[in-house]
Amino acid sequence: MPAVERPLIYANLRKPGYTVDIDCYLRNGGYEALKKAVALKPDEVCKEVEVSGLRGRGGAGFPTGMKWKFLDRKSGKPAYLVVNADESEPGTYKDRQIIYKDPHQMLEGIAITAWAIQAKQAFIYIRGEFIHGAKILERAIAEAKAKGFLGQNILGSGYSCEVVIHRGGGCYVCGEETGLIESLEGKRGYPRIKPPYFPAVLGLYNCPTIVNNAETMAQVKHVLAFGGAEFAKIGIPGDSGTHIWGVSGLVKRPGLYEIEAGKATFGELLYDLCGGPLDGRTIKAIIPGGSSTKILKVGERFKGMLANGTEFDWALEDIPLDSNSIAACGTGLGTGGTIVIDDSVEMIQALSNLNAFYAHETCGQCTPCREGSLWLSRVSKRITTGGGLETDVPLLLDIANQVAGRTICAHGEAVAWPVQSAVPKFKDEYLESIRKRQKGEAVPTLKLI
Amino acid sequence: MHDSPSSSAPARPLKPETLAKAPAIIAQYPQQRSATMPLLHLVQEDRGYITKEDMTWVASLVGVTPMQVLEVVTFYPMYRQSPIGRRHVRVCRTLSCALRGSYALMENLEQSLNCKRGETSPDGDFTLEFVECIADCGCGPVVHVDASMHENVKPEDAGKFAAQLKATLKDPSYGLNPPVPGTPEWNG
Repeated sequence: MPAVERPLIYANLRKPGYTVDIDCYLRNGGYEALKKAVALKPDEVCKEVEVSGLRGRGGAGFPTGMKWKFLDRKSGKPAYLVVNADESEPGTYKDRQIIYKDPHQMLEGIAITAWAIQAKQAFIYIRGEFIHGAKILERAIAEAKAKGFLGQNILGSGYSCEVVIHRGGGCYVCGEETGLIESLEGKRGYPRIKPPYFPAVLGLYNCPTIVNNAETMAQVKHVLAFGGAEFAKIGIPGDSGTHIWGVSGLVKRPGLYEIEAGKATFGELLYDLCGGPLDGRTIKAIIPGGSSTKILKVGERFKGMLANGTEFDWALEDIPLDSNSIAACGTGLGTGGTIVIDDSVEMIQALSNLNAFYAHETCGQCTPCREGSLWLSRVSKRITTGGGLETDVPLLLDIANQVAGRTICAHGEAVAWPVQSAVPKFKDEYLESIRKRQKGEAVPTLKLI
Repeated sequence: MHDSPSSSAPARPLKPETLAKAPAIIAQYPQQRSATMPLLHLVQEDRGYITKEDMTWVASLVGVTPMQVLEVVTFYPMYRQSPIGRRHVRVCRTLSCALRGSYALMENLEQSLNCKRGETSPDGDFTLEFVECIADCGCGPVVHVDASMHENVKPEDAGKFAAQLKATLKDPSYGLNPPVPGTPEWNG
């Protein structure tokens, strides 16, 4: 059966003539889920989200209901809700659609979440480059306040929550939740060390804070609309709801595809929905969930056992699109931003492109990441410019191994994983790239660095 | 503190309406220091870049030292300490756009705009830069010009695109209006 989309988050914004104003949202059932939520006790809303099995959509896939449970409610300090709309992971462009085309959907999720965790102040940390996006959200907040969905005395419940838009400054590491909090406090976005700085206990202004992804907020609206138990039936046990696959790179129809978790495979996504490779080409590899997730090579076999005891033996095309299956193949669903690489691409150039990204974005706080990312970038680039040695290939791996696990935040892993996963799989091709340049032979024309 | 080209000629003072906006921005936050970044954006939107005097002003408003504001300015790539061209042309360099030809696009734009990457054209019209992923990966290569996003700018169309950008120099409303769905730069 060919793969079919099941738009939930994108259902409204794809309708012809759908606009960002509140009247359009209300005509399409807007803010009904919020009415349901404020009729429940905050703990009951948390319970619905927990029962739904919703996992965060920012990349780590942490269960949202469990995250809310960690909130320190005994400290007596105010709780804050911070929405991470700092979409910066290469390959990821799903939140932009929600912000620019259906902002009220996200705001409704924010109002519900704020009620659930009893936050009287919420912040939306939005990418600095989303200049119009910030304006669209600001107008939407003003509309929602005027109608009593945000601000003072929400829907007559006596509960109040203000929402403030905070624009970032073009910095990838501020998508890391503690770096984001530092940035929101008016400082450099240096991530904080955990422990003790778990945001749920010591977050914004050292107060208990929940940091959730922008799409997660939109998903929360649907959890309340369906009810937790009904929402859990979408997708598969352990991964409920839909995933938005943002496919980019070398396929016929790159774009955003919203699919029920586990109800299609990579083969169906890439060959049916995206139309397969460009004419005359073949797909060589994919980076499945944003540039930090480990690369998968076409032709590999993935064997093992899932958490529920099922044994599997898959080609890349057979891997089901749910977080547990993808994790079992040694990589991650991440943000669903799939980058497709075909046989016209020289793999060392693709790696060098990403190494340059991580070297540019390291905050510089931890030595292994600051130095390691720069050295990875330099070594891979010198291979592409003809100065590479055969020992550079194991050297790349050696440097990456000294970064992962040795840093305050996960940027260290993001630096290391592309190298650690690609070098064993494409070692022979890298050596061929070095040899070709030493002999002055022709190399692929597509320039990536 | 690094000297900027502005230090040779005194920078124009901030507009009164810019100064007037500051208190409301600060009042949005439980702690005033959080207003550092929005105030810096405010300054940059007024003048196009941020001077030492601006940093001292922001510092006095949010209760920190000027050095603490400088730390912020130098950390975030979007903040500038020197003027740029009349149009700020940012081509995405990261993998998804690169796979779709952003390096070839950059080379062609350097020709068409008479401007090397990282520099401003001699006539002061364009500043051309490579930037990292700007979250529009399915429509690559993408080019972010001031506040507007241009999608699917193919390398072979660089000349046509440059001509289009030159025409915007005569359009004072370019980039100021919210994006319109269905137009090439809808994503703003």
